[in-house]
Amino acid sequence: MLSRVADAIYWMNRYVERAESVARFVDVNLHLSLDLPRGTSADWSPIIATTGDDELFRSRHGAPARDTAMRFLTFDREYPSSLLRCLEAARENARSVREVISSEMWERLNSLYLTVREARPDEVLAAPHDFFTAVKQGAALFIGTTYLTMSHNEAWHFGKLGRLVERADKTSRIVDVKCYDLTKPLVGAVDDIQWGALLKSASALEMYRKRYGRITPAHVVKFLLFDRDFPRSMWHCLYGASESLRAIVRRPDSGATHVRAQLGGAAQLQSMQALSGPAPTLAELRVEALLDELERHATDVGALLGSQLHAVLDNAQVRLNELGHAIRDTFFSPD
Amino acid sequence: MRLSGYDTGGFYDEMFADDGQLRPGCKVLGERFASFSPGEVARRQAAAERALYGLGITFAVYGDGAGTEKIFPFDIVPRIVSAEDFQTLEAGLRQRIIALNLFIADVYGAQRALADGIVPRELVESSKGYLPACRGMTPPGGVWCHITGTDLVRDRDGRFYVLEDNLRCPSGVSYVLSNRAVMKRTLPQAFEASRVRPVDVYPSRLLETLQSVAPTRDGDLPPTAVVLTPGRYNSAYYEHSFLSQQMGIELVEGTDLVVDDGWVKMRTTRGLQRVDVIYRRIDDTFLDPKAFRPDSMLGVPGLIDVYRAGRVSLCNAPGTGIADDKVIYAYVPKLIRYYLSEEPLLASVPTYLCGEPEDLRYVLAHLPELVVKAAGESGGYGMLVGPAASAAERAEFAERLRADPRNYIAQPVIALSRVPTLQGGVEELAGRHVDLRPYVLYGGDGQPPYVLPGGLTRVALRAGSLVVNSSQGGGSKDTWVLYDQGEAPC
Repeated sequence: MLSRVADAIYWMNRYVERAESVARFVDVNLHLSLDLPRGTSADWSPIIATTGDDELFRSRHGAPARDTAMRFLTFDREYPSSLLRCLEAARENARSVREVISSEMWERLNSLYLTVREARPDEVLAAPHDFFTAVKQGAALFIGTTYLTMSHNEAWHFGKLGRLVERADKTSRIVDVKCYDLTKPLVGAVDDIQWGALLKSASALEMYRKRYGRITPAHVVKFLLFDRDFPRSMWHCLYGASESLRAIVRRPDSGATHVRAQLGGAAQLQSMQALSGPAPTLAELRVEALLDELERHATDVGALLGSQLHAVLDNAQVRLNELGHAIRDTFFSPD
Repeated sequence: MRLSGYDTGGFYDEMFADDGQLRPGCKVLGERFASFSPGEVARRQAAAERALYGLGITFAVYGDGAGTEKIFPFDIVPRIVSAEDFQTLEAGLRQRIIALNLFIADVYGAQRALADGIVPRELVESSKGYLPACRGMTPPGGVWCHITGTDLVRDRDGRFYVLEDNLRCPSGVSYVLSNRAVMKRTLPQAFEASRVRPVDVYPSRLLETLQSVAPTRDGDLPPTAVVLTPGRYNSAYYEHSFLSQQMGIELVEGTDLVVDDGWVKMRTTRGLQRVDVIYRRIDDTFLDPKAFRPDSMLGVPGLIDVYRAGRVSLCNAPGTGIADDKVIYAYVPKLIRYYLSEEPLLASVPTYLCGEPEDLRYVLAHLPELVVKAAGESGGYGMLVGPAASAAERAEFAERLRADPRNYIAQPVIALSRVPTLQGGVEELAGRHVDLRPYVLYGGDGQPPYVLPGGLTRVALRAGSLVVNSSQGGGSKDTWVLYDQGEAPC
């Protein structure tokens, strides 16, 4: 398929995912602020930190507060990762590949975009919950429609790849903002609420409860980073990304879910490819290396929580960026 | 629905003869409409419009950031073309396309017609459509205009005239196909009983045409053809997207293509892949910033060098615009006689060349009776319809004619034929003026040009209007070309 088309489908999905994350973060923080005791106000710094655009925000608005943070994240035309700008970018990408995606996908995305574009900021700030719920539902509808109406072909896998790379990045940032609290012991209801909010930011609270019950920092980190089954855990996202990459490159074993368990790493991947299929692409090597690293840390969460979690997550974000670049260089600009 | 009160208004009507009787091929259709109970026609019209929205057949409305998309207005009363009329048109169009192609080849080759004084050399050389960079080129198979959408009109006496040749990037064929798809649902019984020739073959024939002019390739691989679009902001983007989808070939933008190692290649997820034929829907001078406009962001740098080396084919070939010049149009009958030694089968509209002092004097004195057109424009731009224009508009145009006479022609107003058309909210049909754009494909395999049995019938929806362009309140109708009596419908 055309590189431009693959690029557009990849970014269309990344932007929808990014928009959905923003809606989720804002919504969770709003709820959190209602639950906190008098005298403590919800902190909007972590949520701004999650975007990775902390400096930009502070240079323009100072310390994060409810209204400025919400406006910035939702409606700011000057901020390229605001909800509105993300959906605009997603829609523009979709528009350029309308003959490749299904018309239902286009309609879903278009109506999601219109929901945000036609919303009045003052009204949203006054009663935000319905708005952010509508955005989350719109994004879920788009993803579901994509799954059901588009052939699961090369183009579809590029879409999935974009969505999962974005999601892995967002989950790593959610965990990262809580790093500085990890060494402190949990005290009382406030901490429980805050850790609960963290899990909710990844729509993970209920599934976490089923898996571990009580909230402990070690389990939260384990769940969000390494869980094999939870769809927003970093491992799960990257594993899905590696599956899609294999399908894109048309490896003979693509779709075989046991490959990692058997071979367990980038080194083996390389030797395996010498036997079957084309030489591994840089993108595949990078995603396998990331998975390797996650699996290594998963065996010793205690050490991770000690002091190096922030460094590990920081490094993971750098590696995710590199993965993005490798995908671009391998498939979108092959000169 | 009552048909008895229908008034042909002294024009040639495509459905009713002068005595008010249905024309032979229109009986089934007319009787079907007559049998509809009140409300039925409006219901079917609404269903057809919904279906068009559903198919996503929209065009972008410029200047609206919200990305509003509208459907091209559609009328469910089809325009019927008898088998006999179509045979005349088919023969005439073939003859005309062959002659025009010979002329283009001649202009960029030996220039025989210029040396023999058939067409004045200075007219050719001063034409906006003439590209000196194309001198000496020979496209594969010797064919320059592969895809043509000739505009035809019918005068009061029922005679067809060629109005414009449209040899560059004619658009509209996607409406022919979608109108048909909708009509088969809207009037299935009348359609079946009328024995209408199918138009759905167009994408396959177009693909064959494109592949027939591909440069030779080693091995048995079929040639790779692509559609080149200016992008999603172009008003015809839907058509580009539709045609590529129907042919199963890639829709590319300029930035998807690159010249590499002397070939044109497209950037794919598996690396660069050679392209053999480009059905380009961007204008000549935007094709290659190195050869033509350095400011073009739409084209592919170096494309023309590859084309000149015979390693990629462009459809249509660059340079065909010379035969689209409205001044050259006046010479087409002469060119047909010159190249083919035949009499033209299709009439041209009598044309005054404002570059000729005598013609200019006549035109200036008779502006209220004439249609004046800029020679290098198309799509209804740069045009004055004398009878409909105000005195101020005519005076302004007279100034333009005096300032740049070479660039203008004038023609008598043709009393375009009419087709019964639905009136919003009223249970009756009224005559509205139409034109006809059939599509002609001319491949490099030595076969005569192929004329699609159908075409785009554009209709001026406003009462009395003669302007059928969509920007001026025009809509479209399905065009039913009927089988010959003895012909088996297969």
